[in-house]
Amino acid sequence: MQYQSQAVSKLYFMAAIGLFVGQILFGIIMGLQYVVGDFLFPEIPFNVARMVHTNLLIVWLLFGFMGAAYFMVPEEAETELYSTKLAKVLFWIFLVAGALTIVGYLAVPYATLAKITGNDWLPTMGREFLEQPTITKIGIVIVALGFLFNISMTVLKGRKTAITMVLLLGLWGLAVFFLFSFYNPDNLVLDKYFWWWVVHLWVEGVWELILGAILAFVLIKMTGVDREIIEKWLYVIIAMSLITGIIGTGHHYYWIGTPEYWQWWGSIFSALEPIPFFMMVIFAFNMVNKRRREHPNKAAMLWAMGTPVMAFLGAGVWGFMHTLAPVNYYTHGTQITAAHGHMAFYGAYVMVVLAIISYAMPLLRGRAAANSDKSQIVEMWSFWLMTVSMVFITLFLTGAGILQVWLQRMSDNPLPFMVVQDKISVFYWMREVAGVVFLIGLILYIISFFVGGKEEARA
Amino acid sequence: MSGKFTKSMARNTFYGGTVFFLLFFIALTFDTTAGLPKRDHRVNITEKVAFGKLVWEKNDCIGCHTLLGEGAYFAPELGNVYKRFGNNKQAIIAFIKSRPVNGIKGRRSMPQFNLSDKELDALAEFLKWSSEVNTANWPPNIQG
Repeated sequence: MQYQSQAVSKLYFMAAIGLFVGQILFGIIMGLQYVVGDFLFPEIPFNVARMVHTNLLIVWLLFGFMGAAYFMVPEEAETELYSTKLAKVLFWIFLVAGALTIVGYLAVPYATLAKITGNDWLPTMGREFLEQPTITKIGIVIVALGFLFNISMTVLKGRKTAITMVLLLGLWGLAVFFLFSFYNPDNLVLDKYFWWWVVHLWVEGVWELILGAILAFVLIKMTGVDREIIEKWLYVIIAMSLITGIIGTGHHYYWIGTPEYWQWWGSIFSALEPIPFFMMVIFAFNMVNKRRREHPNKAAMLWAMGTPVMAFLGAGVWGFMHTLAPVNYYTHGTQITAAHGHMAFYGAYVMVVLAIISYAMPLLRGRAAANSDKSQIVEMWSFWLMTVSMVFITLFLTGAGILQVWLQRMSDNPLPFMVVQDKISVFYWMREVAGVVFLIGLILYIISFFVGGKEEARA
Repeated sequence: MSGKFTKSMARNTFYGGTVFFLLFFIALTFDTTAGLPKRDHRVNITEKVAFGKLVWEKNDCIGCHTLLGEGAYFAPELGNVYKRFGNNKQAIIAFIKSRPVNGIKGRRSMPQFNLSDKELDALAEFLKWSSEVNTANWPPNIQG
């Protein structure tokens, strides 16, 4: 750690990991509800478990991104943070607001939560991933603005690198596109059209800038390859991300009442969306081959290499699988979508946050460069358990999805939804087992922080 | 990458490409919203349909169901439920009303939301309106 104020990122990383555990626990609950329908009913209905699962994911990734920014920006800008105090205050506001929202989901019926938080005054609730009460959304905007102010001021007073510029652009984009969550017209088609400006332009748009910046930072630090080379790659990759991803939004506009020309725009551009992810794989492996140092933090290297590979598989391959309009006609809104969503989020965003945590945490905890060998071995076990089980979760959901499409949509005598669900339940059972293995991997991950032993010297 | 392609060229590709495609996306958006009234039959969005959408949102129906294919995959698609239920609003209302409070043993069950008659009627009206949006012939069949 080169700057004192970087220490604040430790708070953010710890909160991120804590919320990650909550996300996975609710994932396990939902997985069981898929096969034991009355599990925890009516105390925690599926829709409540799901909003806890998805909202915790989003919030912990945001904590991860903010922690990453607070760690990276001082080092890149070569100056202390503009305000460490602001970073701490915003941390507690965000954590308490987030916790209260989750408690709200679980403690009272959703309609009651809508009522007591004044949803009628400005209705924004009850839309997928944007379930947060309107006042929580306003809180998120305030925290985001404070955070962006702090980070931007730090960059302004220090060195400006490609990595900080890309990171800042991604974070500002994140905040700007979130504003569309306040637009909720009575017209469902319009509502859906602009809902995607938050959801798609986040995960297949500006978040990819954040992903690229974090990955580039970690690779510079770990491989010692010349910054010029890495930053050139970064620009090329994110150029491809946005060139394909912006019009690629069209793959959500096939069947929601929007004009049919979107079937062409969406199919063509989103078919190109795997390209930046493939370039990311080439980039990471090339940089490692050209490395000028042997960094002792092998666990962080594993996460940094795993990120592009899994992102390419989850976002690239599994995305392409159902993105062409004639295919999507049959797969839209099935378990195929769920399969893609799981591996894409894990590969692209979960893993990159775990990569920066893995790189930064030993430094934040006062180690020279890395944790002890013993600790790293436990962390690498957690990498493999979580990654392999996520591959299996994705494969089982894909199996379920193919059968669902066949039985419900393509066969001569299409069967009703619930009949099909019963027929494919064996896949849901296997998915649940894989989910439990994922949880074991996550527990090992947390244990790795408490494994002592002699720390590695700086290479 | 070859030495000819410099970092500033890469940066310009990024900024140029992003701005170009963002503007193109906005242009397509203007075209879409201009042509939308014909497809979304917004003339039929009455006060009741709008209130029905609010009821839909306040009970987080999207947390289990899909609507025009978007949402959760735990319960049936509802974009065409009006047609699946024989173009019958009363059948939809009766279904929602009759959900057992403690669920069905061992099976997925829809919660009992205790909606008022006014809410039920509006929700059914909203689902009827949704089923009449021009969705390019999606879903493939009546099972959703």
